[in-house]
Formats: sequence, C-alpha cells, structure tokens
Amino acid sequence: MVIIDVIVTLFLAAGIFFMFTGVIGLLRLPDFYTRLHATGKCDTLGEVLIIVGLLLDHIYYYVYLLPEAPLSVKLVPVKLIFLIVFIFLANPTATHAIMKAAYKTGVKPWKLGEERR
Amino acid sequence: MKGKEGKGKGFGILVTFCAMFLFWLLLSGIFDAFHVIAGIICSAIVALISHDLLVKGEGEKMLSKSFRFFIYIWWELWQIVLANFDVAYRVLHPKMPIDPRIIEFDTSLRSDFALVTLANSITLTPGTITILVEPEKGKFWVHAIAKKPADALLVDKTMQSKVTDVFMEW
Repeated sequence: MVIIDVIVTLFLAAGIFFMFTGVIGLLRLPDFYTRLHATGKCDTLGEVLIIVGLLLDHIYYYVYLLPEAPLSVKLVPVKLIFLIVFIFLANPTATHAIMKAAYKTGVKPWKLGEERR
Repeated sequence: MKGKEGKGKGFGILVTFCAMFLFWLLLSGIFDAFHVIAGIICSAIVALISHDLLVKGEGEKMLSKSFRFFIYIWWELWQIVLANFDVAYRVLHPKMPIDPRIIEFDTSLRSDFALVTLANSITLTPGTITILVEPEKGKFWVHAIAKKPADALLVDKTMQSKVTDVFMEW
C-alpha cells in the first residue's frame, strides 16, 4: 500500500459519491427540470474527480516508476486532461440543450406544493 | 481592406493548423515519418476547411482577454465544487429544500464567446441552469432550483459582472 494509492482511492470515492448523489436526485426530485439539476451538475465534478484519480495513478506507475515506457504511454495523462476540458465544455452545453428542448416543447415546470411527476 | 482580410485568413489557417497538428502529436504519441506526415496532411485539410471556426474576427485585445479568462476559470472551478455540494445537500436532505422558478434578466454581452461562457457558467454554478439565450438582446432565461440561487443572479449579479469584465463588453 503506497500513499499514492490512498490518494487515488480517495479521488475515485469522491467521484463515485457525486455520481451517486446524481442518481439519488434523478429518483427523488419532482420534475424534469429539477432532475436535470441533479444529473447535469453532479456528473461534471464526479467524472472529473474520477479522471483526476486515474491521472495520478497513471503518472505514478507509468511515468514516475517506469521511465522506459514508450512515449505514447507517457502521453496518456495529456489525453486525460483533454477529456477533462471537453467534459467541462460539453456537459453544461448538453444540459442546456436538453433543458431548452423541454422548454420549447412546453414541459411545465414544477412549482412548490404540486404533486411530483 | 481586402489585403487585411486576406492576412487575417492566412493567420487563421496558420493558427488552426498549428493547434490541430499539436493535438494530433499529443494524441498519437508516435513520431515516425508516416504518422507525422499523415498528421500534417490531415491538419492542413482541417485548417483549410474550418479556419474560421477557431479564429474569428479581428481579435482585438485578445491577450488581455485570455489573461482575464484564465483568472476567471479558477473562480469558476470553485463554483463547480460549490454547485455539487449544493445539489448533494438538496438531494440528500430528507425534506428536499427546493422551490423551483424561472427567472429572466438582461446583460450587455453580445459576442458569441461571451454569451457561451456566461450560459455555461450559469449551468455550472449552484442551483441554476440556462434555458434560453437571446443573442441580439443579451437576454437570458434561467431555471433556478430555489430562491437563493435565483437572487444571486437577479440581485447580486456577481457572475454577470465577472463575465462582462473578462470580455470587456460593458
């Protein structure tokens, strides 16, 4: 057990916790728009935390401990960083697109005190 | 005028080509002749077709805008963390403290990039998601999950003032 394993596990666990709250929100919240709040937001940080965990793991085992690894293996962290950037760009955009589609097709927003749908 | 446009186009192609080729090298990670030449050809084709997507317009004050944007990103990342704790709190709380509403407000932003930044920032910050944007009037429709995040956009206007500062579109 190395200290890096503990850090990586903490990142993965935090990521899974936020994905988990996203799922709970999807099940508990009353209507389409509020459910999107849960899924659209928790996904962003959940996925990014998981990727940061993988990033640290890869840097430690394949870049730091294994200097003879080929360059294409050493470049994997760069690809993971690109993934983070694209998640930050695509996730809010997709959430907004779904929201806009629902609003334009006339899905009524839930108000406090109404029945859940 | 025409010469200036031609110069802008060449610059756009060059910047797009460099960005695409760097992206190719980082993703492939193989530096033999075949892969590098294939990368040059592909980046050149992409740069010729879509140079006006990446580099647009005259790009005035580009440097100071990118610098302000870089500072803004760190504040935005912190807001994302807050947003996730906010959602987790509202979802896991036994009584679910939500009171959804739709709010509208006007901004002085007009350029595409500034509007996209504000819309995505609103979606990423606690308790609010952008529904519609009207680019001509800079008008935003936002779905807020409770009164407090709605007031943050309507009364405090912290986010709007930060984005207008970044893009200098007062």
